[in-house]
Amino acid sequence: MAKVNIPFMQTGTLVVGNRLLDEQDRSVQAWQDRASSLTHGHRACQGCAEALAARWVLDTAMEVTDGKLMVANATGCLEVFSTLYPESAWKIPWIHSLFANAASVATGIAAVNAVTGRGDIRVIAQGGDGGTADIGMACLSGMFERNDDVLYVCYDNQAYMNTGVQRSGATPPAARTATTPAVGRQPGNTFGQGKFMPKIAMAHEIPYVATATVADLRDLEAKVRTAMSHRGARYLHVLVTCPLGWGTKSADSIKVARLATQCGLFPVFEAEYGELKSSTKIRERVPVEDYLKLQRRFAHLFGANADEAALERIRRLADRNIRMYNLLPEGAAA
Amino acid sequence: MFQTVIHGRGGQGVVTASELLARSGFAGGAQVQAIPSFGSERMGAPVVAYTRFSDQKILTREPINHPDAVIIQDPTLLRTMDVFEGLVEGGWAVVNTRESPNEVRAAQPGAPKESGHLATVPADDIVREYLGRPIPSAALLGAFAALTGQVTLEAVVNSINGLFKGKVAEGNSRSAQVAYQWVIDHRGHEDEGAPHGIAPVDVDKPSTAELPIPIAGSPEVVNA
Amino acid sequence: MPELLEGSQAIARAVALCRPSVVCAYPISPQTHIVEALSGLVRTGKLANCDYINVESEFAAMSVSIGASAAGGRVYTATASQGLLYMTEAIYNASGLKLPIVMTVANRAIGAPINIWNDQSDSLSQRDSGWLQLYAVDNQEALDLHIIAYKIAEELSLPIMVCMDGFVLTHASDVVEIPTQEQVDAFLPPIKPLEKLDIAEPRSMGMMAGPDVFTETKYMAHQVMFHANDVIKRVTREFEEAFGRPSGKPVRVWGPDGEDRPARQGEIAVIGMGSVMGTMQAVAPTLWDRGVRTRLITLGSYRPFPATSVRQAIGAADRVVVLDRALTLGVGGVLSFDVRRSMARLGIPLHSVVCGLGGRPITEQSLAETLTRGKAGDLGELEFMDLKTELVGKVG
Repeated sequence: MAKVNIPFMQTGTLVVGNRLLDEQDRSVQAWQDRASSLTHGHRACQGCAEALAARWVLDTAMEVTDGKLMVANATGCLEVFSTLYPESAWKIPWIHSLFANAASVATGIAAVNAVTGRGDIRVIAQGGDGGTADIGMACLSGMFERNDDVLYVCYDNQAYMNTGVQRSGATPPAARTATTPAVGRQPGNTFGQGKFMPKIAMAHEIPYVATATVADLRDLEAKVRTAMSHRGARYLHVLVTCPLGWGTKSADSIKVARLATQCGLFPVFEAEYGELKSSTKIRERVPVEDYLKLQRRFAHLFGANADEAALERIRRLADRNIRMYNLLPEGAAA
Repeated sequence: MFQTVIHGRGGQGVVTASELLARSGFAGGAQVQAIPSFGSERMGAPVVAYTRFSDQKILTREPINHPDAVIIQDPTLLRTMDVFEGLVEGGWAVVNTRESPNEVRAAQPGAPKESGHLATVPADDIVREYLGRPIPSAALLGAFAALTGQVTLEAVVNSINGLFKGKVAEGNSRSAQVAYQWVIDHRGHEDEGAPHGIAPVDVDKPSTAELPIPIAGSPEVVNA
Repeated sequence: MPELLEGSQAIARAVALCRPSVVCAYPISPQTHIVEALSGLVRTGKLANCDYINVESEFAAMSVSIGASAAGGRVYTATASQGLLYMTEAIYNASGLKLPIVMTVANRAIGAPINIWNDQSDSLSQRDSGWLQLYAVDNQEALDLHIIAYKIAEELSLPIMVCMDGFVLTHASDVVEIPTQEQVDAFLPPIKPLEKLDIAEPRSMGMMAGPDVFTETKYMAHQVMFHANDVIKRVTREFEEAFGRPSGKPVRVWGPDGEDRPARQGEIAVIGMGSVMGTMQAVAPTLWDRGVRTRLITLGSYRPFPATSVRQAIGAADRVVVLDRALTLGVGGVLSFDVRRSMARLGIPLHSVVCGLGGRPITEQSLAETLTRGKAGDLGELEFMDLKTELVGKVG
């Protein structure tokens, strides 16, 4: 299936439009026989973009593998809201072991499948940004370095949402979290590089690294397909809005994710063997304020005590991303 | 029970020597046990290994404190520690040195006093000639066989050939044979050492030119 | 046919005979020779249909083992000391997930101060992890225990640590009998997992359990441990019938008179695990001749703890001496703690003798002196064997 973007101009999204496509180009979600890997009945918040992304990722992978898929899940929101004994929202072989070890568990599953002649069964490991970039990074790096046949998917909501919105290594600068309150000399999370896991993944020169957001689910689906067409270690980093942690309206999850890409703060790209291959161009560049203002975690940057200096630093981060990942269309002014 | 302690330095194949000795005893029908002293010693540090022979199943796991025999792989150890400590009355000792048994006795009050219980053998010279590497274990085991009769020369050579291949096996086997003969030849000549720099001659000695380098990846270097 | 082999090589051969699908380990002394040998067996194809996975930590080693076992594979790993502690979170997880992983623990002290030598602090720190723990007296038993362990683990669907004294056993060359592949195949059938990841029957493993069921989960796991006692007894009996060796008995009683019976009045019951019991057996006949009569109670199984059998074996002993290879600070020997519970209301004095910490050699002479003092009634409740009092400053 080729990825076909159908801009839906009224909302600016790329997610609708199945009816306008040929049947073979429609999303997996258009079909009744989709796997519904993460099915109804789970306990995610309203507007949880992680649940949405997980469903799209896994249903696509289930279609690609003809149902031959096993999943290792790190501890985190996704694991907690989807299983509470005796109920489970998973309709696929699924295991949760620990917070830090999803990548290693997946390695073990893949190894046994391979030596017992079931190499056609594919393995996905998944976790949040904390389980990926912080506590799970050693296991993840080991899996990358060995080039084990695992697709690792990080659903990045930029903090420890499961435990009540504490700062993670992937929390952006200035964001208010429960452990980086918006008080003091430098309110919110400190400025710095943070950990942008896709670049760390690229440094391992694995076959495929890509980023995506829930604002462009067709793009997410296409990247899962590309990822599953490779063997070896692959990494997919999906920005997922968290209404609870970000202080956004549940109805705005897609919109906020889209603004993250359109302001330049979240680059959407693909890389192979450590090399940047393509990036999704910004369609209509917006100021970072448009993205930040919708989130209460950045509220301290605005209003009576507006922090123009912090805003300027965030703008510079967006500018840098645009340069680094070549995010503007040909001929557009930076 | 016959208990042997081998003293040497890291890199000299001490652990391999205790393994070879155990294999030789095992081939002779004994129950055996070989225990390396375990440490994080690097190359050059004093290393010790233990070997037990018994006609019954060996139960004990203690280090050997009262050996029936000691094998000293490195003569410099004679000046730094009491390598004869705990040696039983009437015990045996094989020392890698050019000095005569009586010269060793003069410097080391703990060395076996009984005539015929202390053998000195220029093992470094022998292995330099026949093996091409300063790893004297095999030669000293040959000497041990001649001195104590606890193992046969044939068993020592078979053990060497079981553990090594090609030139290394050949060089070690030849070294063991030459050292064995040295001890036999010097029996009763306890004032006689070896001349400096001249190895005992063996008529059909092999060329050492193509010998591979280490005789044993010696496992006594244990990383913490 | 008997062979002279280093303990680690014997273990590697025994593990290979069990036909694992995955061997995954991170190197640490004194476990290294075992996994080095296995990596060679996999690379040369002598251990076929098996993947050897080099990982970046012990935590990953156990995590890969968890994934591999959940996928239905027979899995092997090995570690020691700091490595065991580093994988502790995953160790508890593996038993909670009921995965029949077999792991060798090459027993070693825990730092600081860093120490690579043998005691049993590492495995005993995992007392409550939900794993079975089997202890080997010598290398023959150690290698046999691996074959036995897979059979027990897979029947119970629980993981097992096979504990053997680091260096003292792992690096010692002993005469051992390695079974043939046919013998092992006949004894140990291919793995049939109780539960596994399966595309034909998708299930969720490792789900969250709330306050409504958590207690019951633990209660059931507790009951399985009692059942495990019986399974160990039966499987070790089957092993003896098949291989002619009494390896892995949960409790073995022996005295210099050769009688397998509980201790009587006038005797000291000496209880211990691992290679120290070999040295003890070597010294016991001499002691017996000197009027210090001992009945040796060797524990092959620490978890489950064979409390009833221990109590029976203690019988009417004058006193019990436990040779403790690990210390719980401020309390005393770890093993003593379990033994004391099993002899409640017997009214027999128990002496915890802490010995061989961090590789301090346990000599026959020290054991003899200790038990001679025991006979004379001179032993305290807690003793440190061969304590160099001159090195000990004033405490407090």
